Order: sequence, then C-alpha cells, then structure tokens
Amino acid sequence: MYTQALNTADTDDRGLEDAAKAAQFQARIDAEERIEPNDWMPAAYRKTLTRQISQHAHSEIVGMLPEGNWITRAPTLRRKAALLAKVQDECGHGLYLYAAAETLGTSREELVDAMLSGKAKYSSIFNYPTLSWADIGTIGWLVDGAAIMNQIPLCRCSYGPYARAMIRVCKEESFHQRQGYEIMLTLCRGSDEQKAMAQDALNRWWWPVLMMFGPPDATSQHSDTSTKWKIKRFSNDELRQKFGDATVPQAQYLGLTIPDPGMTQDAEGHWRYSEIDWTEFKQVLAGNGPCNRDRMAARRKSHDEGAWVREAAAAYAAKRAQRQTAQAAE
Amino acid sequence: MTTPNTPLWEVFIRSRNGLAHKHVGSLHASDATMALLAARDIYTRRGEGLSIWVVPSTAITASDPAEKGMMFEPAESKIYRHPTFYEVPEEVGHM
Repeated sequence: MYTQALNTADTDDRGLEDAAKAAQFQARIDAEERIEPNDWMPAAYRKTLTRQISQHAHSEIVGMLPEGNWITRAPTLRRKAALLAKVQDECGHGLYLYAAAETLGTSREELVDAMLSGKAKYSSIFNYPTLSWADIGTIGWLVDGAAIMNQIPLCRCSYGPYARAMIRVCKEESFHQRQGYEIMLTLCRGSDEQKAMAQDALNRWWWPVLMMFGPPDATSQHSDTSTKWKIKRFSNDELRQKFGDATVPQAQYLGLTIPDPGMTQDAEGHWRYSEIDWTEFKQVLAGNGPCNRDRMAARRKSHDEGAWVREAAAAYAAKRAQRQTAQAAE
Repeated sequence: MTTPNTPLWEVFIRSRNGLAHKHVGSLHASDATMALLAARDIYTRRGEGLSIWVVPSTAITASDPAEKGMMFEPAESKIYRHPTFYEVPEEVGHM
C-alpha cells in the first residue's frame, strides 16, 4: 500500500532533523528491522535509495537494448523464445524497481525524465555493443552472473520495498544466467570458429563486467553510509572477488581463457585479477563509452513514439469516467 | 510533462494453492482494464496465480505507522488469547 499520495504528504524530514528520531532510526536498522515507506527516515537515506533504486531500474530498461538487438537473429526458435522471455523479464524487473523507488515519494514520470535528460545514470555495462551471438551467451553468463552476485545481498536490504523487489528479481534471474552459460557451452563444443567466437566475446566483456561492481573500496564515495544503513552488505571489492572466484572455474570448464595473463590463484584459493583500467570506467560513465549515445537515442525515441499511446489511454479513461458520472446523475 | 501522471494501482494475486489474494506490488495504468492486463504481464509471467485483483492505490486507507504502538499494544498484553497459555497434562495427549 505504498501510494504516492501518502508519501508526498510527509514533511517530516524537510528542515532540521530530529536527532532523537535519527538515533531511533539507526537503532531499528541495527536491530535488522525493515524500514517501510511511511516510516520516518533521514532525508539522506531517502535520497540515497531513490538514486540507487531508480538507477537500478534504468539499468534493467536500458539493458533490454543490447540483447533485443539479437532477438530477430537468434540461431534457433528455442533460443529466440528464451531470449524474448529474458528481455521481457528485464522489462518486468525495471517495473518492479520503479514501483519500489516510487514508494520514496518521487513519481515514475520524474524518474524516467531524469534518465532521458541524462541526469540519472544506468549501469556502465550496457554501453558496450553486442557484436556476435556469443555476446548474448556472455551477457547471460557474466553480466547476469555479476548482477545476481550484487542482488542477492540486496534481498536483505534495510528498505522493505527494495528488498522484496530483489527477492522476485533474483528468483527470475537464475534462468538468465543458465541460458547464457548453455549458449556458451554449445559454442565451445562446436566448430573452431564457434569456439573462437565465444573466446572473442569473453575477451571483450571480461573487464567491463569486473567494472560493474563499481569503483575500488578505497575510492568509493557512497559505501560508508550505505553500509551503516544496511543498504549495502558487502563492499564492491568483496563482491568482485566473490564473482571472480565463482567464474574462473566456469570458464575453465568451457575451455576458455580469462583475458588476464597476470591472474593468479593465491594460497587460500582466491583468483587474484590484475589492476583494472579505471580510466575506461570513468570514460564510459562520463558518456564516452562505445554505445552511450545510441542507447540514449533509442530510449528517447521509444519514449517519444509511445507518447500518443499514453495520451490516448488517458483520454479514453477520462471519457469513460465522465460517462459514468453522467449516468450516475441521471 | 503535458500528460498527467498515470494512476497507481495495487495488485493482489491468488496463487494456485487456494490461499487468499496476496499483495504482490503496484503498477501504473490509465484504467482498470489496462491495469488488469499489465498486472498479468508484470506479475504472472510464470503461472503465479489464478486470479488477479487491481485496486486504485488512492482507495486504500492505511493505519499510521507512528501510531502502531497504540494500535497494536492491546493485543500484545493478552497472552491468554493463545493456546500455549493453558496447561494441559501430558497424559491427556494432543489437544
């Protein structure tokens, strides 16, 4: 029951915040209680979550583009049906997340506008192109694999609506990773050209996928308060390491080589990756990745071309409401 | 934005096991028919339910979380409303 109407009436945290309320809030977090939309919360908690959840939603929606690119060219009907279902899921995930973000008091229209105007960001990974069918396998295996690694701890996030949305997303997402790995397995068991295609996709996606976990802990701006508020349960580097450890054996099973000649396994069994090129990450975030302009143009075009549908639906609803009022008056 | 914000709806689904309709989330739609169609697409992609209710979010009256102490405390002190409050000798067996 997270209506916008209830939330917009809430003026609690405008102006000076009550120190007692803030302490009570932190005590609830420390006791692992869930915070719900109409509970008191610090303005910064609301702001941080609105930014994080809406960015997450934008990422799901923009994430449909690189994969949608291959729906018409999937090699078999089985692959096409699976890819279509996966892209549909991403859309659904975007919508669960927008709904969760809205409970914090910003409307979906405002959130979407912030993305279309370039003010709000989405995940850097979706600014890379999908050049071959093997990219679709790699995205499912690695991009969705990294997303799951990041989303499982979010199922225990202190904000109730976000945690509940993540539970639904995680349930659905495991099919995505498995279908990707199956594509890779088929290619790796195929001809030399097919295996080379799989290796080429891994070579191009590996580093951008590691960057998905965000900047290294030493330089991350938002981590401290997010950890205190239990929005975040693990640091960027911890999740990145977990992902690496899980992925290397999967690559070995496929017979593919991780494109990191400096990678070594330490005494505790952890796979240690080489230094990540953070200038590339910053460039992509700043809008200079290979596909940033394409992705934004595609989103804006789709939004503009859908305007008449939204207007027609609103006009029809208004006409029906008017007719009902007139009938009731008779 | 020239068009007003699309109304918000709460979605309730009855799962296959015959339990009551359960709140699953919310969505935006211009009217009830479109809300039902969207609810089917967003919340039942894997056969989650056999029946859907959509309710305009504005039609819901919620209790005030700030008053939850006053609202629910009377029930907390009445432990005699639970079966475990009463002692039944073990020889009597399950009751």
